[in-house]
Amino acid sequence: MSDYTRDEMMTVAAARLLWDGCVCFVGIGLPSAACNLARLTHAPRVVLIYESGTIGTRPEVLPLSIGDGELAETAACVVPLPEVFSYYLQAGRVDVGFLGAAQIDRYGNLNSTVIGPYDRPATRLPGAGGAPEIASHARQTFVVMKATRRSFVPRLDFCTSAGFLDGTGARARSGAKGAGPRVVITDVGILTPLPATDELALSAMYPGIPIAEACAAVGWPLAIHESPVTVPRPTPEELSALQALHARTAAAHARPVHIPNRSSSDVGHPESHRG
Amino acid sequence: MEFLSLSEAMSRFVPDGAQVALEGFTHLIPFAAGHELIRQGRRDLHLVRMTPDLVYDQLIGTGCARRLTFSWGGNPGVGSLHRLRDAVERDWPAPLELDEHTHAGMAAAYCAGAARLPFGLLRGYIGTDLVKHNPAIASVRCPYTGEAIATVPALNPDVTILHAQRADQEGNVAIEGIVGAQREAALAARCLVVTVEEIVDALPPAMNGVVLPHWLVSAVALCPGGAYPSYAHGYYARDNAFYQRWDDIARDRDAFLAWIERHVMGTADHAGFLQSLKEAA
Repeated sequence: MSDYTRDEMMTVAAARLLWDGCVCFVGIGLPSAACNLARLTHAPRVVLIYESGTIGTRPEVLPLSIGDGELAETAACVVPLPEVFSYYLQAGRVDVGFLGAAQIDRYGNLNSTVIGPYDRPATRLPGAGGAPEIASHARQTFVVMKATRRSFVPRLDFCTSAGFLDGTGARARSGAKGAGPRVVITDVGILTPLPATDELALSAMYPGIPIAEACAAVGWPLAIHESPVTVPRPTPEELSALQALHARTAAAHARPVHIPNRSSSDVGHPESHRG
Repeated sequence: MEFLSLSEAMSRFVPDGAQVALEGFTHLIPFAAGHELIRQGRRDLHLVRMTPDLVYDQLIGTGCARRLTFSWGGNPGVGSLHRLRDAVERDWPAPLELDEHTHAGMAAAYCAGAARLPFGLLRGYIGTDLVKHNPAIASVRCPYTGEAIATVPALNPDVTILHAQRADQEGNVAIEGIVGAQREAALAARCLVVTVEEIVDALPPAMNGVVLPHWLVSAVALCPGGAYPSYAHGYYARDNAFYQRWDDIARDRDAFLAWIERHVMGTADHAGFLQSLKEAA
C-alpha cells in the first residue's frame, strides 16, 4: 500500500522535471498543478507564463481558467496576448512548454481538436488554443497525461500539435524550432523518445507499478528503453505541498456566488429604463 | 462617440448577418452585450473570438450564429461547451460553420486587421492538421531568406464589442489587468462598442493601461456588472462556481432553454439578469 495516489505520483514526477529559474509556458489543468508544485518546492524561481499574458506569476491557488485574476495579481508583468505569442514564445524565449491533450500517439503528436472525423465529429473538443505554437517553439515540451488505451492511441483522429510527426527526423525537417516532446509523464510511468526513431519508450517506472501494467495502459506496443530507472516516491514535503495547493484551490473555487451590485448612481441612465 | 443604452447600441451597430467579435480573454467578457443580442433575436451572426466561452455557447444555443472564427472553444478548467458541441456534432439548433485557428494565428490576424494589412504572418501551424481543414491558412516565401512563413487573412470585424472598467465623459476607454487581444480586436473593427463599469470625470493616470481614444469608439454603454460571470479587475471577481454550474445547465437542451428563458429572455436588461440570478441563488 502506498500513502499517495497515482495522480499525485504523476504530478510530483512532472514537477521534478522543472529546474529553478527555467522559463515555462504552462497549459491549464495537470500542467498547471505540476508547474506550481515545482515553484512551491524545489524551483522557487521558475518563471511561469500563462497564455493570458501573465508572466512570472505566483498564484496562491490554481487558476480554474488561464486568465483568472489571481494570475494577474501575482504576476511580474502582464502583457497583451499577441506579445506573449510573438515576442516571447515565437522569439524562442521559452525553455519548456508544458502541455496536456486528449490523445497522444507514439511520436508524441497531440490531439485536442476532435474525436472522429473533423467535419462530423463524435466528440468536438475545445481545439488548439496555444498548443501548436507552444509545441513548435518552446525549446522542449513536456506532456502530462493519464495513460489509457483511449488516450494513448496508435493513430490520432486529428493532429493538433506536432510532436515528432512520423519520427526518424521528420520533426527536424518540418521547420519546428524546438526539440519537441522530450518527456511524457503519465500515471503509470514516464516515456521519452528513442534516439534514432523518435518513438516514445518507457524510460522510468514508478514504485509498485510493473512494466506490464504500464504497457497495458498504452494502445500501441510500447517500446522500453534499455534499463528503465525507478522514480523515487513522492517525499512528505512534496505530498503536503501538493495536497495543500489542491485544498486551497478547492476552497477558493467553491466560494459563494458573487453577483455584482449596481450602484445607486446608475439610476437615471437610459439602460435602467429599457422597456 | 456617443453614449447609448446597451439595447440601442446593439440594435444600431449589430445587424443580422454581421461579423461581430465580443472579445475578452477570460477577463472582461462582454456578457451583457451578448445577452442583449439574444434578447433582440439576432440571426446569422459570424461570431469571432479567440476563446468563445459561455456567452458564445449561449448565442450558439439560441440560434444567433451561422459561423464561428475561433481558436479554443471550451469552458476553461471545466470541460466542453455543450451548446457549441451540439451545433457542431448534431446541427442543433442550426449548423455552425467553423473557421478554426490557433491562438497565435488569431492574434496575428487581429494585428494585421488593426494595421489594415491584408494578412498576418507567423511561424505557425507547423505539422498541424488545421491546415488541411481551413483553406484560409496559407503561406508566403520570405523575399529575403526564402523561408516559408504561415499566413492568415486579416480579421476586420464589422463590429467589436468590449467590456471595460471605465470611460470618461469624452468616451476615452481604459482597460487594465489581463487584456488578451482586446486592443487589437478594437483597432481591427469597423465599429467599436464598449460597455463599461463606470463613467468617470477623468480617467486615472495609467501609463501602461490600455486606453482606446474616444475617436476610435462608436458608442459607450454604461453597464455595471456587464462582464459577470467573468470578471472586471478591481470591481468583482470571476464567479468560478458559476462556470462549473454551467456544465450541467448547458449539457441538456431543455435545461439550457429554460435557463435562457428565465434569466435572459425573461429579464429586460442586465440589471434584471443579475437580479434574477440573485433570486435563484
